Amino acid sequence: MGYLVDERDDGMLDAAFLALADPVRRRIISRLSRGPATVNDLAEPFAITKQAVSKHIQVLEQAQLVTRTRDAQRRPVHLNPARLEALTAWIDQYRLVREGQFRSLDAVLQFNAAARGTQAKDSS
Amino acid sequence: MTNALKITVPEGLPFIDFEREFDFPVAEVFRAHKEPELVVQWLGPRRLKMDIDHYDFRTGGSYRYTHTGPDGVPYGFNGVFHTVRENDFAIQTFEFDGYPDVVSIEFLTFEDLGGGRTRLKAHAVYPSMEARDGMAQSGMEDGVAEGYERLEEVLTGAKV
Repeated sequence: MGYLVDERDDGMLDAAFLALADPVRRRIISRLSRGPATVNDLAEPFAITKQAVSKHIQVLEQAQLVTRTRDAQRRPVHLNPARLEALTAWIDQYRLVREGQFRSLDAVLQFNAAARGTQAKDSS
Repeated sequence: MTNALKITVPEGLPFIDFEREFDFPVAEVFRAHKEPELVVQWLGPRRLKMDIDHYDFRTGGSYRYTHTGPDGVPYGFNGVFHTVRENDFAIQTFEFDGYPDVVSIEFLTFEDLGGGRTRLKAHAVYPSMEARDGMAQSGMEDGVAEGYERLEEVLTGAKV
């Protein structure tokens, strides 16, 4: 259950969702999905200062959504696809639980059908 | 092969939709939702012990049950059955004691496919995106799927 989920994971999810709850940062992510870019590249389409863009990148970096290499002065920003994937992982967990639940329901129905001696269709 | 579960989690709308077919008549699938002694066999995650306080699956009825983990801590869930139509349709609410007032509404459709088969469709509506993502997570017990598979084996084995 949500309340049994690893709190560290929860913290990471919170940070990531919070980081993405901003249109500028989402556009930065979108730009980075096409390849690494420098802060200058990333700042270009925005009517905000380079410092402000740097700040946005820092937030994304703290949420581990992007990484920066120590490539001399350029320090290009890279997307961290693994972290983005983790954001959608809860949906898969939800699916697992629901699937388990319905397999269980299948079994109950199967058992009842058998108990009544009716010929249930084989679900296998 | 088990029937596939189709889940839709739309972006930007606090809904979860899913549908699943069963190789059993609609009356049987409905009965497994109605009778507490059947509900307790499949609704709860196996790793947690499910105890039903009451479960009155009829229009105007209500339910309350708990899941108790290995640590002995009970987690309570409750809701009302706003509408229940035999072998057809139900509207129910869902609330976890841990998140009071964050209530979701679930619309359940039992569709007779003929030939002794049924399609179950659910449309769940949450009060906010945060609630949807949080509540969806509240189904996240690890090892649960495995537990259900075991139960399925036990019950199928008991069939003969």
